[in-house]
This record gives sequence, C-alpha cells and structure tokens, in this order.
Amino acid sequence: MSNKKLNMKDKYRLLTRDLEWEFSYRDRKEIFPQEDFEGIKITDWSKWEDPFRLTMDSYWKYQAEKEKKLYAIFDAFSQNNGQQNVTDARYVNAIKLFLTGVSPLEYQAYSGFAHVGRQFGGVGARVACQMQSLDELRHVQTQIHAMSHYNKHFDGFQDFAHMHDRVWYLSVPKSFFDDARSAGPFEFMVAIGFSFEYVLTNLLFVPFMSGAAYNGDMATVTFGFSAQSDEARHMTLGLEIIKFLLEQHEDNVPIVQRWINKWLWRGYRVLTLVAMMMDYMLPNKVMSWQESFEVYFEEAASSLFKDLARYGIEMPPYAADAIAEKEHLSHQAWSIFYNYGHAAAFHTWMPTAQEMDWLSEKYPNTFDKYYRPRFEKWREMEEAGERYYNPTLPMLCQTCQIPMGFTDMENPTMTSYRQSVYDGERYNFCSNGCKDIFDHEPEKYVQSWMPVHQIFQGNCGGPEMEDVLGDYYRINLGVDNLDFKGSPDEARWNGWHNLQSAEDKLKKAS
Amino acid sequence: MTIEIKTATLEPIRNTFEHTRRRFGDKPASRYQEASYDIAPENNFHYRPMWQPDKLLNDTSRTAVVMEDWYAFRDPRQYYYGTYVQARAKLQEVTENNYAFFDKRGLGDRLSEEVKAKVVRCLIPLRHMELGANMNNVLCSAYGTSTVLTQAFLYNGMDRLGIAQYLSRIGLLLDGNSAEVLTKAKDHWMTDPAWQGLRRYTENTLVVEDWYEVFIAQDVVLDTLVYDLMYRQFDQAITEEGGSDLAMLIEFMQEWHKDTSRWVDATLKSTVAESDHNKELIGRWVAEWREKAVADLAPLAEIAVGDDAVNACTEALNQRLAKAGL
Ligand SMILES: [Fe+2]
Ligand SMILES: [Fe+2]
Ligand SMILES: [Zn+2]
Repeated sequence: MSNKKLNMKDKYRLLTRDLEWEFSYRDRKEIFPQEDFEGIKITDWSKWEDPFRLTMDSYWKYQAEKEKKLYAIFDAFSQNNGQQNVTDARYVNAIKLFLTGVSPLEYQAYSGFAHVGRQFGGVGARVACQMQSLDELRHVQTQIHAMSHYNKHFDGFQDFAHMHDRVWYLSVPKSFFDDARSAGPFEFMVAIGFSFEYVLTNLLFVPFMSGAAYNGDMATVTFGFSAQSDEARHMTLGLEIIKFLLEQHEDNVPIVQRWINKWLWRGYRVLTLVAMMMDYMLPNKVMSWQESFEVYFEEAASSLFKDLARYGIEMPPYAADAIAEKEHLSHQAWSIFYNYGHAAAFHTWMPTAQEMDWLSEKYPNTFDKYYRPRFEKWREMEEAGERYYNPTLPMLCQTCQIPMGFTDMENPTMTSYRQSVYDGERYNFCSNGCKDIFDHEPEKYVQSWMPVHQIFQGNCGGPEMEDVLGDYYRINLGVDNLDFKGSPDEARWNGWHNLQSAEDKLKKAS
Repeated sequence: MTIEIKTATLEPIRNTFEHTRRRFGDKPASRYQEASYDIAPENNFHYRPMWQPDKLLNDTSRTAVVMEDWYAFRDPRQYYYGTYVQARAKLQEVTENNYAFFDKRGLGDRLSEEVKAKVVRCLIPLRHMELGANMNNVLCSAYGTSTVLTQAFLYNGMDRLGIAQYLSRIGLLLDGNSAEVLTKAKDHWMTDPAWQGLRRYTENTLVVEDWYEVFIAQDVVLDTLVYDLMYRQFDQAITEEGGSDLAMLIEFMQEWHKDTSRWVDATLKSTVAESDHNKELIGRWVAEWREKAVADLAPLAEIAVGDDAVNACTEALNQRLAKAGL
C-alpha cells in the first residue's frame, strides 16, 4: 500500500479535531453550560486555528527530555551547595518573593486552564488549554523543586503555600488570579492567556530569570530556560484566543476591549512587586524597571495594538497612567515594604551608597528629588539604631489590594485617592483603573478578602500584631522578617564566606 | 605535595518545607511529596465564581464524597510532572518503534479483509469514547480537591487524548493515510446500532456534575469494562482470526491500563475505607453506572468478541470492586 503523506495540519485535524462528534443523546448546552453567560458569541468553533499542533506523543517526548536535563542541574546544584554562589544573600529575597508570590499563581493557572480546558465547546481550544494546564503544573512543581534546596539554607521559603493564602502583600497576586478564575471562561482567557501570558509575561518572568542569571542563581535560571518553550506555546495560544473572539462576532469587540483594559491594569498592578525587585532586591542589576517597562511594555504593546487596530481594538486608556508612573513605581513600592519590613516574610534593607547612585543615574528626574532624601533619613535612623518600622496598618486599594502609597503623578508628593460608594459603603482605590474596575462590577469586588479589614475584624488570629504575623501568617518573627542586617540569613552567609557582618565591623572600629 | 580537597560541609537549617514537615515529619521529603501535598489554595478566596456562585473557587462540596483529609490519598506511582512525562516518554518510544515496524513491514497488508473490517468497526470508533474520557478526567482535575488527586486526573486526561490519537493512527496505518477508515469508524460511532449504547453512555457521563461520580462512571466502571473487552478479549479474538500483528499497535493501551489501574484502585480504596457514607454513596453510583454500562456495551461486545464477552468483562469489574471493599 502506498502511503499518502499528510501535512502537519491535516495530521493534527485527523488526530485531534476529528475526535469530536455531534451530540445527539444530550444537548450541547448541557455539556458546555458556561459558553453563553458572558455575552460572547461563538458562531463556529471550527474556525479555531490551532496555535501549536502538538500531539501527546511528541509532548511526552520533548517534555521528558527537558525534565531530565533540568533535574540533573537541580541535583548538581544541591550536591555542590550552589546557593553559596549567588552574588550576595540579599539576592535570595527576590526568589523568596517568587516562591511565595508567583509560584502559587502557576498553580492557579494549572487549575484555571483545566477549567476552561473542559468548558470550551471546541476540541482544538480545549486541548490547547489542557496542555497549558499541564505545563503550568510543571512550572509550579519545578519551581518548588528549584527552591527546595534554598529552603534548606535560608529562611522565608518554608511555608509558601500557607502564606500565599493569608499574608497581606500576597493577597495582591492571589486576588488577581482569583479574579480571573472566578470570571467566565472567555474572560479568563483574555485575562491570563492574552493579557498576562502574551502581553505582560516579559515583564514578569524575564526580570526574575535574568535576575537569577545576573546573580549566580543556577537553579532558577535553568528552570527559566527550560520553561521558555512552554511559554512560547502559551503566548501563541493567548494571541489565538483574541483573534478568534474578535473574528467570531463583532459584538465581541467591545466586551474584549473592556476585558483588555481591565486585565492589563490588573496585571500591571501585580508587576509592582517586580518593579521593586528589579531596582532594589538584585545585588547585580539587570536593567532598571523603567528600562524594562519601556522595552517590554511601551514598545511591544504599541506594535501589538497597531496590529489589533484592524479589529477595532485600541490601546487601553490606563496605559498612559502606567507610563506616567514608570519613574516612581519601584521607589514607592520599596518604601512600602521597607516601612512594613516587620510584616514581610523576606528581608528588606536600604540601598547602599553605590546602589543609590545607580538609582540616581537611572532615574534622573525622580530619585534625587523625591526618594533619596527619605531613604537617607531612614539610613541615618538605622545607623542610630532606630531602624524605622511603621506601626500602623495601611489602607488598601479595594481592587488591587496594594497599600495606598502611590502618589498623584501631577503632584508626586500627594497620595492618590479615588473613592466609590456602593450600597451605602465607601471604598478606596489607588488609581482610575482600579476604581473603574470596581465600578463596573461592584458586586464582585465588595467580596474581596481585604487583609487589613480581616485583621481588624479579628479573623487573623489573636489581637496583637505578633499573633497575626507569627501564628496566622506563620512568619518566624525575628528570623524571616525585619532588616537583612542582623538577620540569621546574613549571619550564615557571612559564615560561609568568612565575612564580617556590618555590625561587627562597626563594633571593632569603635 | 598533598592536595587538600575542600569539601563543603554546610548543615541545612531545615530538612524540608513546612507543609511536608507537618505532614510527614521533620526529615527530608521526596520530590513527589514536596510538589503534591498541601500546595493547593484552600483559604480566603476573594470572589465567588461567576459560573457557580453558590460555591467557592476551590470547594470540597463539588462532590458528595466526604473526606476528613483530602490529602489522605497517595498515587502509588508517585507521579509528579517530571516522573509522569518520563514514564510516558518511555512507553511512547516503544510504541513509536512498534508503529514504525508495522508500517515498514507492511503488516497492514497481511491482515485479512475480515480482520481489517472488524478492527475498523470495533476498535477505531473507541477514539471518540477516549475523547469523552479526556473531558471527564480534565473535569475531575479542574473541580476535584487536593493536588494528589487533581494532578493524577490531568495525567489521565492527557493519556486519554494520547490514546485517542494512537487509535486514529491505527486507522491511518490501515488505509495508507487516506483517512477513509476514520470516516467509516466515525459513521459506526454515530449510527451503527452496536455503538449507540456506548455513545449514549459517554454523552450521559459528560453532563454529570459531581466529579467523583464522573470518576466512578468513567475510570472505574466504563474503563474497566471497555479495556477488558477490547484490549484483552478482542485482542485474543483477533489473534485467533490471524490478526496477531494488531497486538503491537495496542500495547500502549494495555501497558497504560495496568499503570493507571494502580492509581484508580488506590484512590477508590482510600475513599471507600474513609466512611460508611462514602461506601454507600459509591456503592450506589457503581450499581447505577454498572447496570447502564453493561447493557450499553453488550451489543458491541457481541460483535467484537461474542456472546459471553460482556459477562467476562463484568467479572473483571466485580473483582476490581471487591478489592476496593465494594
Ligand atoms: Fe507558567
Ligand atoms: Fe505560561
Ligand atoms: Zn489599586
């Protein structure tokens, strides 16, 4: 028998798309009950273009090869105590933030993509989402394994899943993903598949992974490289969903536009944590937040939205607000964390003199004018033995849940406040974006589990802050939190490298 | 000259993460444990799902089964992502060689027309049932509780897609990629009276909301019957009719079923052993779905193997249930 050659597309159609059949014993609507409620109109699932045509046999084969190599590096890393080779122990706090703040989002992505991987009415879309679900499971698990060895030598990694469900600043990424998962399946895809994985991923993963590369963190950087081909697939899926929705029906266009506006702002707010990580937590800097924002958001997004213009999609109005903040964001965020360093599960510190100079150079319009004076004051207090910690509890934005510390860009010394009243209650917001998101779906955002309200209501352990931080958050007080200077992490690090702590040096000198 | 080799002796400050220490004690934990236990979000969900406002995002009440501790389960294969894909990659390598050998030696041409027709009518349409199984297992992964279970469901769901794809490739091997076989097989699935029971059963499982019931209907009841029928009895019948080469094309399914059964059995057993409530509930689901499945499968069993076939696979199912205490 002579065999006809099948091209990739035909092969994929026969092996995957053709598995589907017309239901006749049951109504389609019973099997895919979530397809209609968001107002999205799908007229023909067969128009779905498969973003990658991977059959399971090749998936297993490629992914197994990647896993084998990755775990060989993890094994070598722990055998050789690779954690000693990072630039300086302050660096490790960046990956504590990653494990407690980002890895649990990989988990949420795993659940969310399984959910839409069951709910979509087209087999092509379902299977693509299922593969992403499996990849995201890979990401959370390999991240846990990458950090497993760090956990044995540094404090603050040990209870990441417990903390993610409770700690005030982790409520920012958690609420973001809860928001996406609790939305309908199409909104989830615009939120995560498109806005997060396609538009914002370079602002999230690239900084962490390059940060690892620049700071001698073999375990994390190897994971990052290994995940790259997965991410490439996720990006093509994100782009396909947008095109598909926009091409299916013109009524979808305004809905999708609103979702893009919402989710780019929501995602951008989560990136606040990345901004401060880049500018303050990396001993060896990769580039400044502003530079990365200009390359990966301003340039990339403007060409993307040029492409999408033919569908009638425009650049979100809040993009201008994000651009206006780029010279301020990281400094304001680090100030908040420095202030609440007793309530964080990682260490904070004031930048060294050279680091401040780097910040002045990178942020010539803002750093010396607004932030250096404050930081130098804090450094003086610290040197006088009065390291500043803010004893009050901050007010949080009802939408993004970040403490209200962002300022008005017209007047950068004034905190920016927006308010809405819903059902007789007043709610506070950090920005126009956050206020608009609330105003459009107040019944959703009044439900937010607001960490500070919860503390006041007594839902987070005993009455004292120590009970909240120690018993409820399970931060090891005096160990995981407070300034890097004087921390057990610092002491161990200095021990490994025969270094003197700053304090000892001072004592000897006096 | 003496060379002094410096060895780093760094005492770890802890043996494992807190979530594994609490569960397994203060000692180094396995990779399976660190990446599977207590890592799913459980508390303080921010918003109710718009697609199911009466539940939380992760909600144990999406099944009527009750567990004191949803992490009481353990996958005997200890699959986390890395071990899972490596196990499947090994199996697929063998399969790839088998398919290549079958193709290169033109073994398809050696099958009689009768045997071929039988494969087309009785085996290939199963690819559609496998798609249903894919959707069902992904549903259990999406709405189930605890990563020890949900990850295994996702692996199972993806396996089923893989099997559907292998079945499709058997079709393409038999007709030299003209896809005629797949078209014919789909017609059987859609209109052949022998298949209508199974198709109705599959469509009925796709509307069940309780994920544990889906697991019973699909992985426990239907799969036990179908895999015994097709990959044991039908394999024997075809061999007797001179089609022994088919065996190398279905080895994946046989090996896979052995592998997955270890997990299905362990899961079922732990749930049933938990309480009388679970035992009764599952007993009821099993009885209902078994009755339907046996009746729905009978016409296919008869044309594929013969009169007694459905009894033989029911026997296999009953043995399995007995092992789990049902
Ligand atoms: Fe990921
Ligand atoms: Fe991704
Ligand atoms: Zn906000």
